[in-house]
Amino acid sequence: MSAKSARQSRKPRKSKATAEFFDLRLYIAGQTARSIAALANLQRICDEHLKGRYRLEVIDLLERPQLARGDQIFALPTLVRKLPEPIRKLVGDLSDTERALVGLDLRPRASDRS
Amino acid sequence: MPKAATRPAPVQPVPKSPTGIQGLDEITGGGLPRGRPTLVCGGPGCGKTILSMEFLINGARQFDEPGVFLSFEESVEDLTANFASLGLDPRPLSARKKLSLDYVRVEPNEIQETGGYDLDGLFIRLEHAIDAVHAKRVVLDTIETLFSGLSDTRVLRAELRRLFNWLRTKGVTAIVTGERGENGMTRHGLEEYITDCVILLDHRVVDQNATRRLRVVKYRGSTHGANESPFFIDELGLSVLPIASLGLQHSIAPGRLSTGVPDLDAMVGGKGYFRGSSILVSGTAGSGKTSLGGYFVEAACRRRESALYFAFEESAAQIARNLRSIDLDLEPFLRKGLLQIHAARPTTSGLEGHLSAMHRLIEEKKPRVVVVDPISNLISVGTSVEVRAMLARLIDFMKVRQVTALFTSLTIDEGHPEGTDIGISSFMDTWLVLRNIDRNGERIRTLDVLKSRGMPHSNQVREFLLTSQGLKLLDVVRHQGRVLIGSERAAHVTDGPVGPPRSGKRAARR
Repeated sequence: MSAKSARQSRKPRKSKATAEFFDLRLYIAGQTARSIAALANLQRICDEHLKGRYRLEVIDLLERPQLARGDQIFALPTLVRKLPEPIRKLVGDLSDTERALVGLDLRPRASDRS
Repeated sequence: MPKAATRPAPVQPVPKSPTGIQGLDEITGGGLPRGRPTLVCGGPGCGKTILSMEFLINGARQFDEPGVFLSFEESVEDLTANFASLGLDPRPLSARKKLSLDYVRVEPNEIQETGGYDLDGLFIRLEHAIDAVHAKRVVLDTIETLFSGLSDTRVLRAELRRLFNWLRTKGVTAIVTGERGENGMTRHGLEEYITDCVILLDHRVVDQNATRRLRVVKYRGSTHGANESPFFIDELGLSVLPIASLGLQHSIAPGRLSTGVPDLDAMVGGKGYFRGSSILVSGTAGSGKTSLGGYFVEAACRRRESALYFAFEESAAQIARNLRSIDLDLEPFLRKGLLQIHAARPTTSGLEGHLSAMHRLIEEKKPRVVVVDPISNLISVGTSVEVRAMLARLIDFMKVRQVTALFTSLTIDEGHPEGTDIGISSFMDTWLVLRNIDRNGERIRTLDVLKSRGMPHSNQVREFLLTSQGLKLLDVVRHQGRVLIGSERAAHVTDGPVGPPRSGKRAARR
């Protein structure tokens, strides 16, 4: 979200990204190195950017495969941002922090910056 | 003996899963390679999805092989509706846990890649679905959609390779569809990973007629028809018409059946046509082809044999009315349902459409005799090569079922009845030629048997009349070494022979 459009939003907030509540689901398959890395990376991002305003559910598809259908999961790990809308899907182990922040709308997208 | 042990094992035929699709099992020699993935590729709208779905539905319905359909393109609701409209309603099978439909939605706009990943999510979904219905068949339609949502093609390729190998270890017979690419069979080179069997579908428009073609490009460890075969999609699904002939292995039906005209029976060995044979009646416009077709079906109906009449020139009512004018009443048989006339304009659908409809009606009604009137009209919807090939196919189809078939064909050039431009006469067992000769200011109808395999037949050109009492073959009248026809003959018969009476007999001996 760019600064310009934030000013135009009805609610008088400084920035949408710093106020909204985040509902997150992390899909993994077993305790693989990649799953563990994804969880650690996500934890770090949440601590730095979403302290006190997020909820995280970790879903292991090896235990509950039927849940893959609902959120349209095909790649793993996948982080789904259920809230705020629109839904975002972050595919991968979140090791690229910059892209993860952009994906979560915590950083403006490259195309919005100019 | 140790010697025996070193001998190479005999080549095992590849086990196959029948598709249940008319014609496709024939080309592939029994179906798709069992327990292996098959690539089905082609452009948009070529019929990949329908072929795949029919493979699954037939598997569940006919072969007790439940299936999983994983679509990357259409939602389950859309898929269900589309297939229900083709008579392939998947819902009853889903309810009985014989079929599982799932939609994998790949939405590039909501995806962001943030590091290493694999396709385990897809594997888990697929495995869950396979286990839920104990699937033996799987369809992935079209998995290349993943390339639009995920940018790391290196990872994707490695994962797809892993996926196809995994499908092999699961022992499921799979169809993987792919969109036709510019440089290869598929846009992302799936043919690199799926080498067991590759089927190419094509949809092109020739002279405003859409035609569909299917070709088995590759089938590891199995012989297969390599030709392009036309196929057709109608309200009953998909059917393939292999151009290659079934071979000449049909058993011969015993017996003969009447032409419907006693005098004509006498000309073809005294007993009429062979049962299960093909008869060509060619002639110019108005020479009496339809009349002979009419006699043929009427005789069949009198014997209480069912008959099917395909009319490509006239409506059913027209044919019945016109034949009544020569004292041939088909009404009672039409009412009883013993005779059915199917009239259609050749241009209402492509050649495949007509042939497929004919195949289906013959399967359904199981007639003993069939008339196609005229076969030459089908040329207007296909090229000669196609007509020939498909006619060969139709004739084979009927021979196998021991159906006796009469085809009429319109000759354009009076002088050369042999110039039946489809070149179909070689498929025919009996060939009758009708002429409408313009001579000395009168039109004279003649009939002769150009060939009739396996029976002695007349070599005379006979004059005949179409009267309100029916078709009358006139006795041959000879005078001074030549056959008299038309008014010459009439004069000769009423005035008495002009020359010595024995001259006619002498001529006959020549």
